[in-house]
Amino acid sequence: MNQTNNSELKSLWKFTIVAFIIGLIGLSDRLINGHSNANYGSYVPWGLWVAGYIYLIGLSAGAFVMSALVYVFNVKVLEKIGKIALLTALATLIGALLSIWLDLGHMGRVWRMVVHTHFGSVMGWMAWLYGFYFILLSFEFWYAIRADLVKWSDKPGIAGKLSKFLTFGSTDVSKESVVKDKKTLKILGSIGIPLAVAFHGSVGAIFGSVGARPYWNSGLTPIIFLIGAFLSGAALLSFVVYYWGPERGSEDHKNVILTIGKIVLGLLLFDVLLEYAEITIGLWSSVPSETESLKLIIFGQYWWVFWFIHLGLGVVIPLILLVKGGKSPKGIAIAGFLIALTFITVRLNIVIPGLAVPELEGLKTAFTGPGLTFDYFPSLMEWAVFIFTMSAGGLVFLIGRTFLPVIEVSNQEFEVEK
Amino acid sequence: MIENKENKNVDVPVEEITFNKQLDRSNFLKKVGGGIFASLLLPGVLSKNFTAVAKQLDNGVELPKLPPEKPGEDVILRMMRDLQRALKKPIAERKWTMVIDLRKCVGCDSCTISCAAENKLPPGVVYRPVLKEEIGTYPNVSERYIPRPCMQCSKPPCVDVCPVSATWKREDSIVEIDYEQCIGCRYCITACPYSARTFDAGHNYSDGASDGANCLVGKQTTQKYEVEPVYDYGKQWPREKDESPEGNVRKCHFCIHRVEKGLLPECVVSCIGRATYFGDANDQKSLVAELIGKPNVMRLKEEMGTEPNVHYLM
Repeated sequence: MNQTNNSELKSLWKFTIVAFIIGLIGLSDRLINGHSNANYGSYVPWGLWVAGYIYLIGLSAGAFVMSALVYVFNVKVLEKIGKIALLTALATLIGALLSIWLDLGHMGRVWRMVVHTHFGSVMGWMAWLYGFYFILLSFEFWYAIRADLVKWSDKPGIAGKLSKFLTFGSTDVSKESVVKDKKTLKILGSIGIPLAVAFHGSVGAIFGSVGARPYWNSGLTPIIFLIGAFLSGAALLSFVVYYWGPERGSEDHKNVILTIGKIVLGLLLFDVLLEYAEITIGLWSSVPSETESLKLIIFGQYWWVFWFIHLGLGVVIPLILLVKGGKSPKGIAIAGFLIALTFITVRLNIVIPGLAVPELEGLKTAFTGPGLTFDYFPSLMEWAVFIFTMSAGGLVFLIGRTFLPVIEVSNQEFEVEK
Repeated sequence: MIENKENKNVDVPVEEITFNKQLDRSNFLKKVGGGIFASLLLPGVLSKNFTAVAKQLDNGVELPKLPPEKPGEDVILRMMRDLQRALKKPIAERKWTMVIDLRKCVGCDSCTISCAAENKLPPGVVYRPVLKEEIGTYPNVSERYIPRPCMQCSKPPCVDVCPVSATWKREDSIVEIDYEQCIGCRYCITACPYSARTFDAGHNYSDGASDGANCLVGKQTTQKYEVEPVYDYGKQWPREKDESPEGNVRKCHFCIHRVEKGLLPECVVSCIGRATYFGDANDQKSLVAELIGKPNVMRLKEEMGTEPNVHYLM
């Protein structure tokens, strides 16, 4: 195990810590000055943090579904990446929750989402689905690494101590108990799949059900959210596993990447199809408010985000890498990285254009003030807080990857008895 | 209410007294005398139609005194009478409605500004902007002005989306927000088809102002005004950092804190062209009920099915 001698891991630590420190500056601004240094406001009420939230939550749902391929569907070739997939799902989920929490006008009242839920609102449902998902994911991750935690308990340093603590006294590593863990994992994963579909679908439904925003208001919206989530999550995982996954350089490692590459390619094509349907139907339908949103994306001030970042870096180049270089794990990892990274622009292009079109003519100039504008670009503080939430997720991943046995491949010999 | 030695409890036109404070003593007495005269002459009329003479509501609210009804009077007085009738009914029987005559609106923004003053709106929050639209091509060009308060929809999409039930439809048609319950997620802003909801991000007009403890202008002086409480939905909300309504979504509430004291919404009384009307649509004798029965009435985005309680006369 060259857990700590991995130079890419060290690089990621350095990068994430620098990002986290920059993020802390933004966080302190947010906590001291509230929302007054943000550029979202009354007419574009949701901005970068909401986009960042649906981006991260999508990555989480996607990574989780990949883990389900292991624990529920017993996809042999992916077996060794189950734990790192769960860790990725957990890290991105924590980042996502931080992002949306910081977006609230009253952070201290977040508990009301659960205690005073209005089930007539999709958002009310979402809070509960999240809660369940968070608990389920934590348990599943624990069951996935429990036996390895016991093994690691004897290790020196933080890793050993943390592992020992996290066993919570459950030190039985007999074949029976490991098999029992696997059975539990299968049950949790089986509950998890519909839960992942439901919670990310509900995030999509938050947008899809808003009748006042024609660009969002479509039955396709939650579906696009889901497919985008699976795509971005799988893409992220190909990159993560390539650099920080188990048994780097081995034939197994290569096979894992190649398999994820195929999944990513399939999802990418499907996602492009859905996106094509959404854009063309929207433009052809000629409902002014919807076409306005789409025109903003394609020809608006930030046209280059769609054409260069999303289509160029997020679709065309990965497509070439996945098709032409389909046998090269590194090519797949780069493609995955590009898709996962640029997917934030897809999320931004859902949130912002739906809001940046005035609902009533003349509103743009009727009254002015901070937040009473339809031109939105995130402020410096918003970028810094975005970096904070991203790097916070990154730190969770790094702590897990460095100090917990997430790429340990022992105990694979025990099979669930059919 | 003026105590008079000869006649106790004489009904005095309070409005006139307030507006004519500068009048000299003789003029003042003349006015009072007029009031006495009217009350002597028209007791029958008053007892039948002028129900507004009652001074107190059951909840102890003292209603403003109104002069006797007369032909050609300011519609404000008629609407105040409508208001007093409505306030005597149970809340569930009232249907607060606004009617805006677009032919009379000159786009002066008085309502927007007086609303901001009444509700001490911070920067970035607006309850009633006036939308300005240019119509036609040269030389047949004109402008249309559309004041846009909260529509207080009968089927409000903003209410359904709230994850914590912090906003609801009241029996008297007002869509209320509980500032203590609102978590500030802003979902309702996205759901409103009229952009009637705005976010109080915590800006203050005194932000960045220079210090000046005993100056005419300067941070301390301005802040005195800014920390004064607002009375949205009839509750008192002083402006304190990170406390509601800061961090909340806010919107027009038809000045319900005024209405329930027998006063018309600020935008109605400040309208220089008398283009905005307010009252109880359930009361067939009210001005608004009369107006919304006309064929030239329309509502914004009727196709959304939200059934606004703000009507426009074209």
